[in-house]
Amino acid sequence: MSDTSKGRFGIFGGQYVPETVMNAVNELDAAYEKYKDDPEFIKDLKALYRDYAGRPSMLYYAEKMTKDLGGAKVYIKREDLNHTGAHKINNVLGQILLAKRMGKTRIIAETGAGQHGVATATACALFGLECQVYMGAEDAVRQSLNVYRMELLGASVTAVEEGTNTLKDAINAAMRDWAENVTTTFYCIGSVMGPHPYPAMVRDFQKIISEEIREQLMEKEGKLPDCVCACVGGGSNAMGAFYDFIKDESVRLVGAEAAGHGVDTDKHAATFAKGTTGIFHGMKSLFLQNEFGQIDPVYSISAGLDYPGIGPEHAMLGKSGRAEYIPITDEESVQAFEYLSKTEGIIPAIESAHAVAAALKIVPKMGKDQIMVINLSGRGDKDVYSIARYRGKDVVNS
Amino acid sequence: MNRIDKALSELKDKGEKALITFVTAGDPDLDNTEKLILKMFESGSDIIEIGVPFSDPVAEGKVIQEASLRSLSQGTDLTGIFAMVESVRKKTDKPLILMMYINTIFRFGTERFFTLCREKGIDGVIVPDLPYEERDEVQPYAKDNGIRAISLVAPTSHQRISDIAAEAEGFLYCVSSTGVTGTRSKFTTNFDEFFGEIKKSCKVPAMVGFGISGPEQAKKMSSYCDGIIVGSAVVKIVAEHGKNSADKVGEFVKSLKEAIL
Repeated sequence: MSDTSKGRFGIFGGQYVPETVMNAVNELDAAYEKYKDDPEFIKDLKALYRDYAGRPSMLYYAEKMTKDLGGAKVYIKREDLNHTGAHKINNVLGQILLAKRMGKTRIIAETGAGQHGVATATACALFGLECQVYMGAEDAVRQSLNVYRMELLGASVTAVEEGTNTLKDAINAAMRDWAENVTTTFYCIGSVMGPHPYPAMVRDFQKIISEEIREQLMEKEGKLPDCVCACVGGGSNAMGAFYDFIKDESVRLVGAEAAGHGVDTDKHAATFAKGTTGIFHGMKSLFLQNEFGQIDPVYSISAGLDYPGIGPEHAMLGKSGRAEYIPITDEESVQAFEYLSKTEGIIPAIESAHAVAAALKIVPKMGKDQIMVINLSGRGDKDVYSIARYRGKDVVNS
Repeated sequence: MNRIDKALSELKDKGEKALITFVTAGDPDLDNTEKLILKMFESGSDIIEIGVPFSDPVAEGKVIQEASLRSLSQGTDLTGIFAMVESVRKKTDKPLILMMYINTIFRFGTERFFTLCREKGIDGVIVPDLPYEERDEVQPYAKDNGIRAISLVAPTSHQRISDIAAEAEGFLYCVSSTGVTGTRSKFTTNFDEFFGEIKKSCKVPAMVGFGISGPEQAKKMSSYCDGIIVGSAVVKIVAEHGKNSADKVGEFVKSLKEAIL
């Protein structure tokens, strides 16, 4: 087994990509190694985080929710307040800054809910780069507002009609584009997945979330959280929210994965509950697949969590027991979506509502002297129409 | 002696170029795949690549993607493919290669997979999403069973070519262009440079594949190396003629063979 090759998280990770893009992957790895500790690069990125993305994002004490649940004190990390409305911008600004330094002129990206696509289109507009976004045809329909946002920002959006017409297929299409245009094109992957160096690099660009949580909570409470909760599709916001706490064994790390209609139906995307080890999309990790290694069609109400795999570092954290991953159904996430809207006046992305739903289960069982931090990865404006539809409400969409 | 090594050394002695053709297993069904394999050998193929369908073939263009889907919708799986290979092996002694994605090997069980390859009469494997860095995922198991794990180089490989070519076994699969599989009207790669670099370190025959659409291109491309690989152009005929494609495929293969003689 080649489990000792580059970019390993235990047995997971690696670089399983066609030879055509191997040099590009290595070139990216070298560039990232060169710039990640470069003072100029860090200075530029920090300036963008502060002046453009609006960081640090707030850590908000959810007092009403805390009182209502009667358990731990609940804090919400407001990644939804970042420019473009989600944590995705943290990673994109890092990667686009790197692409510029590498002299790449064309950026491609995949997107599920559209948040990563919007963030990428935004950064490309800012830096004057050509931008091509691939989006599953079904996602392009359920997130049509985001398609228009991307186009407004100057990106070309291709609705991918193959396989399940969702995120997995958008990644396949982006990988094929990359193989074709590898010399000019930078593939801006939106999550902690793909071949090395992506899982580590994307995590490094997102770890600012946990670094800020630590600092902000120290200031407010003088201690570490007892639990950090985040949703996981590929797992970038969760990796960002967990990373700085991995070394602090007292901090419980909980990922909420999409259980769709339930993990015992064939309509879910619960990789930890039902997945097995496999090799796909450049990485060895956990995947939903059949006994012959064919990737399962997956389902979630949330386009951003509708993915049959998970980043390799999560696979390691889950297998080692350092983090736990719990399935949240569509119905539970919609209830949490409504709960947070009514209780705190914050409409979460349906992805992030999965994390809220997990917290609703955990917080009442925690002590009043304990602290729960929910990473609210994105805002829910994009989901209002589909949640209305889910609830049988006829909202005029014109 | 491994059948690939034997066939290629015989061709070399005769001063002939190799013709390697591809078919997706189970498209339109496994009985027809067997017929197509035998027909292609009869018509001049020296080695046949059998494509194991995968749900998400990221290195393939539309033609092979669609063939994979047609095959999977028929319920094709590795067990069935091995049974088909066993049947083919009773009728021919020519080299057979499985072209497949790493997950289909890994999930089946790498050791179990290569043992079955040996038992059923497979001579080599090509795994397009397994680069040089990850070769240990299959190489030791292939070696134990006398199966050749075929390496690939691409026009973007540059300084990687020497390492990959030096360790290549069976033959070296030289990818003609960037991008995915599928026929192309023209090539932009500088082949003199590409194959010049390859020949410096490659000890096994070098075959070129990706994009070869017919006899004219076959002839031109074969002049740079030891043989050609044709996939999508064959699969296209199968897509069009389904269960009645054997004769058409036979004619096409024959025209390729004549072009490279």
